[in-house]
Amino acid sequence: MTTDAVSPGFMASGGKSWVREWLFTLDHKRIGMLYLWCITAFFAVGVLLGLVIRMELFWPGKDFIGQQAYNAIFTMHGVIMIFIVVIPSIPAAFGNLFLPLQLGAEDVAFPRLNTFSFWLYAIGGATALISLFTGGGAPDTGWTFYVPFSAATTTNVSVAVAAVFILGFSSILTGLNFIVTIHRLRAPGLTWTRLTLFAWALYATAWIQVLATPILSITVLLIVVERVLGLGIFDPARGGDPILYQHLFWIYSHPAVYIMILPAMGVISDIIPVFCRKSIFGYKTIVGSSLAIAFAGSLVWAHHMFVSGMSDTAVMVFSFLTFIVAVPSAVKVFNWLSTMYKGSIRLEPPLIYALGFIFLFAMGGITGLVLGSAGTDMHVHDTYFVVGHFHYVIFGGTGFGMFAAIHYWFPKMYGRMYNRKQAIAAALILVVGLNGLYFPMYLLGLEGMPRRYYDYLPQFTSLHQLSTYGSWITFVGLALMLWNLIRSRYRGEPVGRNPWKAATLEWTLPSPPPTHNFDTEPVVTHGPYDFSQVRDDDGA
Amino acid sequence: MTEHRDYQGAKMGMWIFLFTEILLFGGLFVLYSVTLGRYPTEFHEASKLLDVTMGTTNTVVLITSSLFAALSVVGLQRGNPRAAKGFILLTLGLACCFLVIKYFEWSHKIHAGLYPGGETLVQWEPGRQAFFSLYYTMTGLHGLHVIIGMGVFLWVWTRIAAGTCTPAHFVALENAGLYWHLVDLIWIYLFPLYYLIT
Repeated sequence: MTTDAVSPGFMASGGKSWVREWLFTLDHKRIGMLYLWCITAFFAVGVLLGLVIRMELFWPGKDFIGQQAYNAIFTMHGVIMIFIVVIPSIPAAFGNLFLPLQLGAEDVAFPRLNTFSFWLYAIGGATALISLFTGGGAPDTGWTFYVPFSAATTTNVSVAVAAVFILGFSSILTGLNFIVTIHRLRAPGLTWTRLTLFAWALYATAWIQVLATPILSITVLLIVVERVLGLGIFDPARGGDPILYQHLFWIYSHPAVYIMILPAMGVISDIIPVFCRKSIFGYKTIVGSSLAIAFAGSLVWAHHMFVSGMSDTAVMVFSFLTFIVAVPSAVKVFNWLSTMYKGSIRLEPPLIYALGFIFLFAMGGITGLVLGSAGTDMHVHDTYFVVGHFHYVIFGGTGFGMFAAIHYWFPKMYGRMYNRKQAIAAALILVVGLNGLYFPMYLLGLEGMPRRYYDYLPQFTSLHQLSTYGSWITFVGLALMLWNLIRSRYRGEPVGRNPWKAATLEWTLPSPPPTHNFDTEPVVTHGPYDFSQVRDDDGA
Repeated sequence: MTEHRDYQGAKMGMWIFLFTEILLFGGLFVLYSVTLGRYPTEFHEASKLLDVTMGTTNTVVLITSSLFAALSVVGLQRGNPRAAKGFILLTLGLACCFLVIKYFEWSHKIHAGLYPGGETLVQWEPGRQAFFSLYYTMTGLHGLHVIIGMGVFLWVWTRIAAGTCTPAHFVALENAGLYWHLVDLIWIYLFPLYYLIT
């Protein structure tokens, strides 16, 4: 272990107070770091809540927490993980850090708006935590806040949905900022077809953020209106309709799934060529599939409602549209595999995480088709099958995309390298742990175990216990990964500009990058995956 | 770091933001159309209870304020910050006027027990209750947007006074104007949907 000095770059103190330097910063890189740290902290809270859920489900009946506490814990696990961790994870943290660098820009289009987005995020996160400890107790509705229960329960739902509203606003403004940044701030020569696939993924994501999130905003606002002012928008006794809530909620929240997964796909598309020393296979089809997922993914919300009482025609249409989304997703997977074919593969940690992503995401994606087919969905609707599917996609997909991004860009962020063996070990432990944690849920669901239940029949015990063991293995993997990264941030081996010998613009800068990104505006002459011009002395 | 100025970028950002506002109200318009489809006669009857004169007056007031907002942008573009500031004040005056009329309308209804949970409304059939639930939500949210727009114009006014929003860099005023036109536009949809469907 060396402890050589690394130039602090944009992390250097400017002599002002910490609060002024960081909370009022206009530097996109610092804002990205703030997001990354906050997201990591909230992720830790969400993981602990998840562990508590799994512990409680170790035996049937009460193990150590009561029913109300159990409901509150799975609600907060969902709210924290979805709205505070997964949705902002890659776009807000790594998008802010690296999008302007990949574009050769000085900053995002609206730096002050960017700071404001972060403040909204911080305030929203704090509000969510406040909802835990104030009012009539932590919300117990599940993260979907379904009416009529959310309108009637005495727990602190109003504060929690206010938090969601604020977080949604933050998400909209980040998306807006990225769209304008990509349109307006590309370096000379950086044509649309020379954009990195990460930037393209962020672009598609940003449009979903901008177009879908307002619907969620109005929906949660209506819950507050219903609770506080007594308006009956969703109450049938007063002319409302609870099914309309589900429609409005999923019109946002299904596209939100693609806010979560598309940036992760972008990260994977950037990583695979670098570690295979080959240009990406089918650049334009990957771009097209990102846009197609963003578009088609916005049309499938009602597949969450096959059993809510829709017409058979509607069920068939939404089932069909759901199948359509599988096509561009599969296109991406085939493109990644084709890129690896006959590539000069280096099994570095970012690639291991990327491969973990492909495997786990495929596990989740294929079971998505089981849920998307109306017939099979009737059988497994609202069972653990859904929980398993969802966690494979979100933890195995977005989570692994996030981990891949951290391991890929870590040397760029801190100028140091982590212990590669430990990173690989953590990745493998995580793959084992996640399969142990979530695969039993598929079986539980097929056997009829409903989701969200506090208690269960004795015949489900062994599968629940298997899943709980898996959660412990997952925890070990996460702890090892985090420990490796935190220690390496201070004591890792210093690296040069371009340890992976990648060809995108951020690797032409020192690690960590200076406050003013580029001394002279770069002129781009080739695509992001053209490795012929990468020099050997750029490396560590 | 040199200050980054990008007129087109700033306008593009504003347009995208306006899209999100339209979608925000779009959710409510969806609710409105579904509920109208379910209770056409009740909506027809409940709509008669709204004061068309006040609604019409407010429509004229808001459209005129939009004209003043546009004139203030033109004033600044032509190099006349004084005129721009004057037209902003006129816009703000009419916005106040709109809110006062809205206040009279609402308070009149509320005195008559026509509010969610109010003694008159709870006795009515669900369809008419739904009409008033949506009426208060949508005009309330719109009123909130009027207040936010007024705040934005006040802020731009101080920026013109301080000389940071100038004939050469007027995008802040232009964006405020765009926002105001959207607020106006949404009202132009709300007005017939609530006042004129009888």
